[in-house]
Amino acid sequence: MALPQVKQDATAARLDGITLPQGASWASHARKNALSRVNAMGLPHRRDEYWKFTDPVTLVQPDAPKAAVFQQDEAPLFEDVDRVKVVFVDGVFDAAQSSDLVAEGLEIERLADALATDIHWAKDLYGVLETRGQMPVARPLAALNTATATDGVVIRATGKAQKPVSLIYLHQNETSDAVIHNVIRVEAGAEVTLLETGPAAARFSKVLEVDVADGGKFHHVRAQGRDHERRAVTHCFARIDSGSLFKSFTLTVNGSLTRNECVIEIVGDEAIAHVAGACVGDGKDFHHDDTVFVTHDAVNCESRQVFKKVLRNGAVGVFQGKILVKEGAQKTDGYQISQSLLLDGDSQFLAKPELEIYADDVACSHGSTSGAIDETALFYLRSRGIDHTTATNLLTLAFLAEALEEIEDDVLAGALQDQLEGWLARRS
Amino acid sequence: MAALDQVEVKDGVDQDTVDAVAELSGNYKYGWETEIEMDYAPKGVNPDIVRLISGKNEEPSWMTDWRLQAFARWEQIEEPTWAMVNYPDIDFQDIHYYARPKSMEEKPKSLDDVDPKLLATYDKLGIPLKEQAILAGVEGAEAMPAEGRKVAVDAVFDSVSVGTTFQAELKKAGVIFCSISEAIREYPELVKKYLGTVVPATDNFYATLNSAVFSDGSFVYVPPGVRCPMELSTYFRINAENTGQFERTLIIADKGSYVSYLEGCTAPKRDTAQLHAAVVEIIVEEDAEVKYSTVQNWYPGDADGNGGIYNFVTKRADCRGDRSKVMWTQVETGSAVTWKYPSCILRGDESQGEFYSIAIANNMQQADTGTKMVHLGKNTKSRIVSKGISAGKAQNTYRGLVSMHPKAKDSRNYTQCDSLLIGDKCGAHTVPYIEVKNNSSRVEHEATTSKVDDDQLFYCRSRGMDEEEAVALVVNGFCKEVLQALPMEFAMEAQALVAISLEGSVG
Repeated sequence: MALPQVKQDATAARLDGITLPQGASWASHARKNALSRVNAMGLPHRRDEYWKFTDPVTLVQPDAPKAAVFQQDEAPLFEDVDRVKVVFVDGVFDAAQSSDLVAEGLEIERLADALATDIHWAKDLYGVLETRGQMPVARPLAALNTATATDGVVIRATGKAQKPVSLIYLHQNETSDAVIHNVIRVEAGAEVTLLETGPAAARFSKVLEVDVADGGKFHHVRAQGRDHERRAVTHCFARIDSGSLFKSFTLTVNGSLTRNECVIEIVGDEAIAHVAGACVGDGKDFHHDDTVFVTHDAVNCESRQVFKKVLRNGAVGVFQGKILVKEGAQKTDGYQISQSLLLDGDSQFLAKPELEIYADDVACSHGSTSGAIDETALFYLRSRGIDHTTATNLLTLAFLAEALEEIEDDVLAGALQDQLEGWLARRS
Repeated sequence: MAALDQVEVKDGVDQDTVDAVAELSGNYKYGWETEIEMDYAPKGVNPDIVRLISGKNEEPSWMTDWRLQAFARWEQIEEPTWAMVNYPDIDFQDIHYYARPKSMEEKPKSLDDVDPKLLATYDKLGIPLKEQAILAGVEGAEAMPAEGRKVAVDAVFDSVSVGTTFQAELKKAGVIFCSISEAIREYPELVKKYLGTVVPATDNFYATLNSAVFSDGSFVYVPPGVRCPMELSTYFRINAENTGQFERTLIIADKGSYVSYLEGCTAPKRDTAQLHAAVVEIIVEEDAEVKYSTVQNWYPGDADGNGGIYNFVTKRADCRGDRSKVMWTQVETGSAVTWKYPSCILRGDESQGEFYSIAIANNMQQADTGTKMVHLGKNTKSRIVSKGISAGKAQNTYRGLVSMHPKAKDSRNYTQCDSLLIGDKCGAHTVPYIEVKNNSSRVEHEATTSKVDDDQLFYCRSRGMDEEEAVALVVNGFCKEVLQALPMEFAMEAQALVAISLEGSVG
């Protein structure tokens, strides 16, 4: 079907002047294919069903809108955690601020180096999982990322990683337009934790492709900065095999526009995939969108989607979640919950919690609720002498707890909890 | 209720046995055809056809103009493709848009003048067009007072209304119940005031087409403070081949009134699919209440997906007045493809909308159905209970919207959608949209998908039931919430339907 003129024009305008980066022949091939995917799909438009609740115009327009650099007034997250630091400043790898890219059980490389290497394992994943994730819903911004990304990391976990890999995205330029693409392969029985922190750029496009082999474990903990003006679109494409575990958690506190897409394909039996998010949004400039698509294509698997949003002063929270159970994916246990806490009358929660099921012996549930803070609970706390702000913050943290509980590592969860408490206390 | 176990015994034992056998082999009970001479409009749709239909109904020029505007609009819009249904392209120029029994050329003065063949058709369907009669299948209700059992029927056969019962008695109470073509002639001021105000002629592809070519349907006006003395119902029968049925229903419940309205539909078995695109508009004024119940049993097509009705329907209620209330109940068992979202616009403060639905899809059926609850007024309430059952290779989708506007303070919604799958070749899908734009409202949505519980089946089997009976019982339990909301006349029908549609799906 031909694309509508408005999409053709926007796509042509964005792609105008883009030259694909140089690399090994397989990389050039992957980029070229990605670009033709973008051309075929067209860049997203507000009228697309998948963008019904979020206007992608600032993500699509040729130049990144300006975003003030946020002055950090607190200690960086995970500072006390022993980790491999990989620092990107406005989307460009910064060797000086990064650690040596070595750790037991891990092979870590810069994406640029991998893409320039003729024979590399990343060939089987780069743009490959992204392409798989384009059906049944088009994700053209991810394909654009594959076509144009030059930086990021490729990580291969060959055993139980000695320490987490921490990707730190620093924002220093008001008009930076960063594109990061990370590829991770967790070999059979291996285990790795990936941490991501920071606002990254004025506009940020990020793709993460994760392949978890039999019995592998992948943990992902992300905190997307706390700036007010950053615009971001991130995609995570995961393929997980038999007996493997995939767990992802994201904390978002402000940012003008954030669209986090997570596309998980469960291809092996008895695998587990959990994806969770907690978000605190304050102000009319805040628009946060979690879009999740979990495909069950194996038996006896479990998936959980837990998303909690606290919104006030005109903030908008979006959740589009889907569980697709393919024919034959029997004994699937699918769970999905999306909840919003609206702290005042101006904020909005827009949700589309979907199920699509083609197997009869499954249990899939999805729940979605929206409402104000519990007046009785608030009254109880006030009657114990706790002031209104503290009481509201306590109830907010309690509301977000179910999502935070999805983080397995207590140290990481504790660090996020402390950070969140600090943010809430300073904001009020 | 004594009537429950007697429901199967109707229309004499012999016929019943035949029907039961037909049911057991999975046959569609209403698939026979009435042989009757028909007048057709030429195939296709264009402004001349629109004028022809308008002319046949002896409509005033404002009505013709309204239709022509709708047609002009329809030519510019495209068929929607977002529903989870697949069907071959419909050739809109290969359909007769108007089909009328020859005997209806001269409008019958009373029901006694109606062609006996037509009366026999409805009799066979269990819809007696006699004023002393009650709907078939409720003999057990005889103990009830006569008043409570009366149901006025408007019978629509292909493109025309054959007759409406109890009109005189209803008129005494001030209730107007007639075909819409009659209403356009007799009560133009009412029709003009309300038609197209809930579902505008520009609303969507099928509603727009309907606005241009609707041939008949029912009209109800209940004046202020009147509780309609009996249930009203419309029975739609498609009989002619290669025709589309486009009917329009307009119900107005004025201040403080109450009416319960039932709708039933069937069609003959044919190899080619037929289109049915209806529009139902309901206006509910202050303190008024409307209960609208449907048992949709159009021909679903055969096991290979040949034939059947494409049921593309727009139904919407506008709760304009404060404290107004509307309740949609639907049992969807028929149609090859269903595309239907009975909706409530809760405009008045403290208005209420309820939607209870059971959608059963077997063989190759596809149903994409649900509701929209649009909360505009303060303190508005809505409840959605939807049960989808899929068997064979059928696909069943719940699609719904709950929208809380900024001004709809302190409103409530509760939604529960469940899907049941029987067999591993079918599908059940849920596509809810939730839009909350104020914080004093509460919205809750829950949904689950499960298979028929083995323990429950085992329990029933251990009590000597055969497998099919057991499945029907479990499914009936699962559907009880919806069935209970049906008027009694339909509750019987619905329980039987549940058993029929799930026939043969186990083992």
